[in-house]
Order: sequence, then C-alpha cells, then structure tokens
Amino acid sequence: MSVRTATATVSTRREGLRWVVADAMALTRRNLIRYVRIPTLLVFSTIQPVMFVLLFRYVFGGAIQVPGVNYVDFLMPGIFVQTAAFGSTQTGIGLAEDLSKGLIDRFRSLPMSRSAVLAGRTISDSVRNLFVVLLMLGVGYLVGFRFHAGIVPAVTGVLLAVGFGTAFSWISAWIGLSIRDVESTQAAGFLWIFPFTFASSAFVPVESMPGWLQAFANNQPVTATVNALRALTLGGPTAGHVLEAMAWIGGILLVFVPLSVRRYRSIA
Amino acid sequence: MSERPAIVTEGLKKAFGRVRAVDGVDLSVAPGSVFGLLGPNGAGTTTTVRILTTLLRPDGGRAEVMGHDVVRDADRLRASIGLAGQYAAVDETLTGRENLDLVGRLYHLDRAEARRRAEEVLERFGLAQAADRIVKTYSGGMRRRLDLGASLVGRPDVLFLDEPTTGLDPRSRLGLWELIRELVRGGTTLLLSTQYLDEADVLCDRIAVIDVGKIIAEGTADQLKGRVGGEVLEFRVPDRDRFADACAVAVALELGAPNMDKETGKVSVPVGERGSTAIIRAVRELDSAGIHVEDLALRRPTLDDVFLALTGHEAEVALEEAVANGKRGRRGRRER
Repeated sequence: MSVRTATATVSTRREGLRWVVADAMALTRRNLIRYVRIPTLLVFSTIQPVMFVLLFRYVFGGAIQVPGVNYVDFLMPGIFVQTAAFGSTQTGIGLAEDLSKGLIDRFRSLPMSRSAVLAGRTISDSVRNLFVVLLMLGVGYLVGFRFHAGIVPAVTGVLLAVGFGTAFSWISAWIGLSIRDVESTQAAGFLWIFPFTFASSAFVPVESMPGWLQAFANNQPVTATVNALRALTLGGPTAGHVLEAMAWIGGILLVFVPLSVRRYRSIA
Repeated sequence: MSERPAIVTEGLKKAFGRVRAVDGVDLSVAPGSVFGLLGPNGAGTTTTVRILTTLLRPDGGRAEVMGHDVVRDADRLRASIGLAGQYAAVDETLTGRENLDLVGRLYHLDRAEARRRAEEVLERFGLAQAADRIVKTYSGGMRRRLDLGASLVGRPDVLFLDEPTTGLDPRSRLGLWELIRELVRGGTTLLLSTQYLDEADVLCDRIAVIDVGKIIAEGTADQLKGRVGGEVLEFRVPDRDRFADACAVAVALELGAPNMDKETGKVSVPVGERGSTAIIRAVRELDSAGIHVEDLALRRPTLDDVFLALTGHEAEVALEEAVANGKRGRRGRRER
C-alpha cells in the first residue's frame, strides 16, 4: 500500500490494490524476459518432462497394468501434474537467486507493494508452467494420448494442472525464502517434490502400493489433482474429484501465501 | 534548505542473537551533505544503513529519514530514498535500459516518465552506448554504475550507498568517486558506509567512525586527523626477514603505538610533536641494529592512523602476532 509522497495522494485500499497488480505485472514481465533472452532455460525445462513421457510410455508402461484404460491415457494426466509440480520448484530457486544477488534488497527499499515480488514470481512461473503443460499435451498426442470427454473438460484440466502448479509455487517460494541459498534450495526442491509426485496416482494405480503408502498416496494434493485430471480427460463423474483438487489448491494457497509474504517481509 | 536534518537517529540498536551490531548510535545528517559511516568489517555500518533504508527493523531507539520514521512511516520513507548496496543489484538477463525502466515503474512513475529517467541516467553514467546490451556483458565497473544509476531513478532526497566501491578495480573506483561527487553537487543528501579510509576522506563532509556498534568519533576528516596529534614517522623495510626486528625498534621508541604491515613492509609510528627527535632516534637505532630501511619520513596523519589511534585494535595485539597476521581483520571479509 504505498504511494509516492510527491503525488501527495492519500493511499486508499483501492489504490493500494492497483499498485499490487501493477508492480506484480512489472515483475512478471521481468521474469518472463529471462526465458526470451535465454531460450535454453525453456528447452531444458521441457526436455525432462518429455523424457518422463517416453520413459513411462515405452519403458515402464508395458509392465504397468491399469484395468480398463489405455496406459497412455492413464499416464498423461499424471505427467501434466508432475510437470507443473517440478516447474514450481523454480519459484524458490528464482527467489533465492534474487536474494543472493541483492535484488530483493533493492526491491524492499523501493516504495513498491510488499507482496508484488512474490506474486510476480509465482505468476511468471505459472505462465511458464502453462506453456510447458501445453507442450506436453502436444507430446502426449504424438505418443497416442487422446481427450475422451470433450473440449470444456480438457481446458478445465489444463487450468487445474496450472493452478496446482501455482499453489506448489507458493510452497516453493516459502522454502526458497527460508533456505536462501540457491544450490540448497535446488536440492531441497527435489526432496519435497519427489514423494508427492511418485507416491501418488500419477504413474501407477494407488491400489498397487502397500497399505501404509496408500494411506499417504490417497490423501495428498498430487493424487487429488491427477484424479481430477483423469476424470476430465477420460470421462465419467468429475465434480467430486475437481472439488477435492480445488480444495487442496485453495488450502495450500491459504496457508503458504501468508507464510511466504511474512517470510519476505522479515528477511534480514 | 530546511533546518531539519535529513537523517536523525537516537539510541539506535540492533542485535543479532548475542551480537550487538548497532549499539546506541546517534546521528544527525544535515540536508545536502555527505556523511560517511566509517568502520571495519563487522563494525555495524551496513546494519545501520539497512535500518535506515527499512530493510531491517531496529530493536531499540528511533530513526527518521526526511522526517519519516523507519518503522511507522516506512512506505513514505522508501519513496524518498535511493539505495545502492554492496552488490550490483541489477538483473543480468535484462538490458541496462530495462533494469532502470523496471526500477522506475516500481517507483510508480508512469511509463513515459520511467523511460525518460532511464534515458537520463544512462546518458549521465556513460552507459548510453551499452543501454540495450544485456547486463551480463557489462564489466564490473559498468554494473556498479548501473546499480548506482538505478538508485537515482526515483530522484531521491536521500541516497544511501553501502560500500559502493568494494570489489572494484582502482580505475573504476576513481570513476565512481567522480560520479558521486558530481551527484552531491546537485544537493542530494548522501550517507555512505565504507571501510576505506581514503574513500571517506575524499568524499565526505563529516565522518562518524564506528567500531563494535558504537560511534567512537565524529567530525570532519581534518578534525579526525587532528585527533592523532602531530605527525607520523614512517619507513619501509625491504628485507622482510628483518621486519620483526624493525618492528621491535619501533616499539622501543616508546612513542605512539606502531602500525606494522608485513605485506608492504611499512611501519608507521605516531610521534606527536617530537618528530625531529623521533626521526634521529629511529635512524640511530635502526642503523645500530643493522636494519636497512627505505622511504623514511615524517608525514601528516591519514585516516588510517586515525582509525588505529581511535580503536587501538592493533596496538593491543602482541608484536609477534601483529607481524604474523599483518593487516588481517582490518580489511578482511565484508560485514554481512
């Protein structure tokens, strides 16, 4: 809620909100320019999910039995969510990088909105996630994946995957601001993302796991989102799954947005 | 120019765990002046700057910049300051122009004004040629200039520079000094933290010497030099094997506490008003000990001598240790 004194305006709530949006947009643009300037960044963030598609489609796929479904149709919703989850680790790394280069200090000394740095970062990472998920969709079509439920559920599915990525970006932001070191944040990113993505319904049916693992796999955000995406792409009842996924996304945001903003404000 | 100081602090305190980084600092900086916070690494200069620029909350005392309290009025305060830190805080993947433009937008200037000011800064800082190049291709000196430029985009009333030349080569340093001097001619109030005494000497109207979180002296460079009292005897020992012996002679003169730097082989002793007898005694003693010295002379004190005289840091260190460590710790790692 900051307004330049020179303009002698009284800061009102609405004006404050306007600046939050303007500042976040300015920083989103700044973050996205990076991908235009260094296209290899984008290339490498797409190669990994492509490898996973090929790995599960052609190497492991033959050994995984999912009753009643083509494995590739089962797999791709999992890949979309995994792509978004892995992409979200970049949020923390980007913030840790800005911290170590003194950019966060500069931003914090400017009369800009306090939450814009985090908002700009999570928005730009969500835009990148959208791009990579769409690309995976193309790859999926090449290896035999098809939507079976029509266009509206398909679009809803993509948005849900990206929304899930946004929620995970805020967790990643909190981790990056807490750890502050780029390499450690990078390492930590995989530590927390791995159990969520692999002990989930993303690649194999949860029923094939031991009971204790099922208890975890059935009650975590990745499974909820993957199940919703599967319902949206394969057809069948969707409302319950989608609501559950949205509840997870909302819950994560509700906890980690304030946590991250608080962490950002109190950086020493 | 108003009577009200541009920067005021009273009993400012900040601790990190048990370390009292800033321990009751009182400052008053006149508008339009250049004020230097001089202190070795870890003295509390950077912490003071971080409190004044709202990056850190003080634990005690109060501080105001342009009448805005650092805690209660932080938003307004930020609109009237500019900060350039120890690092060149610019985005490497943006061009110079884009960096300045972004900062302008974040100062909430409209698009045209942000662009105009970016252009102005690029021109003034000799970066117009490189304006549309990615910052990654800039030299260290160019990055610092861009960083300094970014801190001016908001046309701040008060500019804070935290160790602006740390890590720069001598030529870039001189260039940056020239820029800073030109800047303050325009009436900007500047608070500068530095561990380089020559920097404070060249740039600052007034200097506060900080050690272990407290101001131990304040005044103009000349006033501070006056605190050493009189002259300094200095000589250089080319043969490093005899350096320790030469130091022992310096100590045996029983004048001021000698400053010894094995790296350069330089020994300096504050001699007060007894310059002529000191020089004769030193020559005699060194000669009878068979130590060859060069560049033996009496000179006016520098801020280096001031610092030593005020803090007494090295004076307390045992001779052998001082010789072994050289100047370590005076210009070591940066304060975090």
